[in-house]
Amino acid sequence: MYEENEILLDDLPKDYMEVNFGPHHPSTHGVFRFIAKIDGERIIDIDPVIGYLHRGIEKIAENRTYMQFKPLVDRLDYTGALNNELCYCLAVEKLMDIEAPPRAQAIRVICAELNRIAAHLIFFGAMGLETGAFTPLLFGFLDRETILNIFEIMAGGRLTFNYITIGGVREDIPPAVRTYFDKFKKEFPVKLKRYEELITGNEIFIKRLKNVGILKKEDLFNWGASGPVLRGSGVKFDIRKVEPYSGYEKYDFDIPVGTNGDVYDRYLVRMEEIKQSMRIVAQALDNLPSGDFTAKVPRVIKPPEGEVYVRNEGTKGEVGFYIVSKGDKNPYRLKIRTPSFSHINMLNFAASGNYIADAIVILGSFDTVMGSCDR
Amino acid sequence: MVWWSILLWALLKLVIAFLFIFITALILIWMLRKIMGHMQYRRGPRHHGPHGIWQTVFDTIKLLGKEDIIPSGVDRWTFIWAPMIIFVPSLMAFVFLPFAEKIVATNIEISLFFILAIMGLSIIALLMAGWGSNNKYALLGGVRSAAQMMSYEIPMLISAMGVVMMSGSMNLSEIVRAQQHIWYIVPQLVGFFIFGCASLAEINSTPFDIPEAESEIVSGFNVEYSGFRFAAFFLAEFVNLFIVCALAALLFLGGWLPFTNPVYGTIFFLAKTYVLIFAVMWVKSTFPRFRIDQFMNFGWKVLLPLSLANLFVTGVIVLMVDKFRGV
Repeated sequence: MYEENEILLDDLPKDYMEVNFGPHHPSTHGVFRFIAKIDGERIIDIDPVIGYLHRGIEKIAENRTYMQFKPLVDRLDYTGALNNELCYCLAVEKLMDIEAPPRAQAIRVICAELNRIAAHLIFFGAMGLETGAFTPLLFGFLDRETILNIFEIMAGGRLTFNYITIGGVREDIPPAVRTYFDKFKKEFPVKLKRYEELITGNEIFIKRLKNVGILKKEDLFNWGASGPVLRGSGVKFDIRKVEPYSGYEKYDFDIPVGTNGDVYDRYLVRMEEIKQSMRIVAQALDNLPSGDFTAKVPRVIKPPEGEVYVRNEGTKGEVGFYIVSKGDKNPYRLKIRTPSFSHINMLNFAASGNYIADAIVILGSFDTVMGSCDR
Repeated sequence: MVWWSILLWALLKLVIAFLFIFITALILIWMLRKIMGHMQYRRGPRHHGPHGIWQTVFDTIKLLGKEDIIPSGVDRWTFIWAPMIIFVPSLMAFVFLPFAEKIVATNIEISLFFILAIMGLSIIALLMAGWGSNNKYALLGGVRSAAQMMSYEIPMLISAMGVVMMSGSMNLSEIVRAQQHIWYIVPQLVGFFIFGCASLAEINSTPFDIPEAESEIVSGFNVEYSGFRFAAFFLAEFVNLFIVCALAALLFLGGWLPFTNPVYGTIFFLAKTYVLIFAVMWVKSTFPRFRIDQFMNFGWKVLLPLSLANLFVTGVIVLMVDKFRGV
């Protein structure tokens, strides 16, 4: 399949049709737009157009105090808001040389992993939708709902939380989380198994996903891919293991990797990550340390002069915050590295030469969120 | 009979057919929403009437009351006529569908042949809609549906031929009568499978809904349509679903048998049809969609040889049985 496509790319046909997809196309995941040159059913070139969700968050950061800016971080990758918050807070903490107390760290891990499950469930649903099956979407969102309920009693919010603060978390974790999660832990694996029976083993689904959009390791390194996309191609790289933060080294979990590097592997990696995240949350809740939920933080946050780059494993890949401080209340410059941006860059490379239907599936397998791509 | 009574009869038949088609389509849409809803842990429509049975009626009224938008730049003639033409094949097919012994609008000797031929005409409407809309998604959808119908019509016809060989008639009533001893699904299991797959493709249903692939070409040939024109496409899709399932029930499941009483027969025939419709909706809510090339491969490399083999084997067996009986 793949070789055939490459041959096709060599002799580009002269008459092609230009089709615009997006920014409000049902499967471009938000307001992403791409202009595809197609020859019949084949895509010969994709020109991504981004910026429809650009809000100038990096510039806004320069005019806000560190605390004021934090709510905006939620709006980057809104499916995995807590992972962004965690990364930002870790960056500021590193700048100010604060360390969150163990209890806060454990709570942060619980948040981040639950949010990862929620984000991957959206991916699961969207992947089904992209291949034409509508039911997985509703199944995915149904279980995400349970997680959002846990977040609601924990943080008050359901999509954007503002829960993790510089030095710890905003409030202590209520005991009800334990009961809610236990219930979820009991029911979810059964449901997940049922969902996988519905779609993962489906002959058509496998046919649509296998050997589509194969990406080699070397190409992925060049394009700056990270997260499940990278792991799908067999690179065992997870920042939670490589540079453990927030006490991830204490938990026992595996990093699933794919072998073939196609869309199906990326899908399987994410589905396996859901299970691993469940393990982490269970461990964290079992061994929740007692003590403070926040460190002693000055009332006015004024980090000393310096610059710092902190990264963590977001739901889609490596999220990084580069902060330059001049000793002010505001950051002098703040740069956000988001996985969605790198992955969208790869789209033309990965999808051209394939069928239109494949391009959609490949874009879906990157699981991009335009909020984090455009910032 | 004097001329006006003939005309009156014809008009009455037309009105009854129209009413039946309309009500069937409304019921099917409601059924799909309910079935899909319950399969997805939802409840579906439930506010208007018992279990939301009036929901689709109100939806249709809403669609009919909407502003008629004809986008600038469309090919007016094809754009306006396509939604009307799509109803013609469905309406005509109903004329030849027998519901029970002697309950059939027009009983001709080649009714099966006629229905299958007429069904193939709906492709023209889809192509017209796709071409006339002046929209690239619509064009892709129209061309896709043309390719799809062409490659799936053949296995469908050939698989139906197996039944014709066994019953020795192209009259649907005769075919049903010939199934008195055994329903043709038993000797023609392969044919039933091929007919099922091909008819799913014929009515653009999942997993063959490539012409209206929502995630790729948004909605295919009907993107530019709104209001009552869209309603026409929407209703026609469900009417075709009914016709295809009714045809399968007649050809393979023994139609109204074992009852010859018109009332029981009709009820039994409709029950069989609705079981098949339920199966289609079940598939619709659980299956992903094929890619166009896989779909074509499936049609030409699997279904077509299989249906030819089925035809050959059926022919040989029918011949041998005839020889054996000394006919």
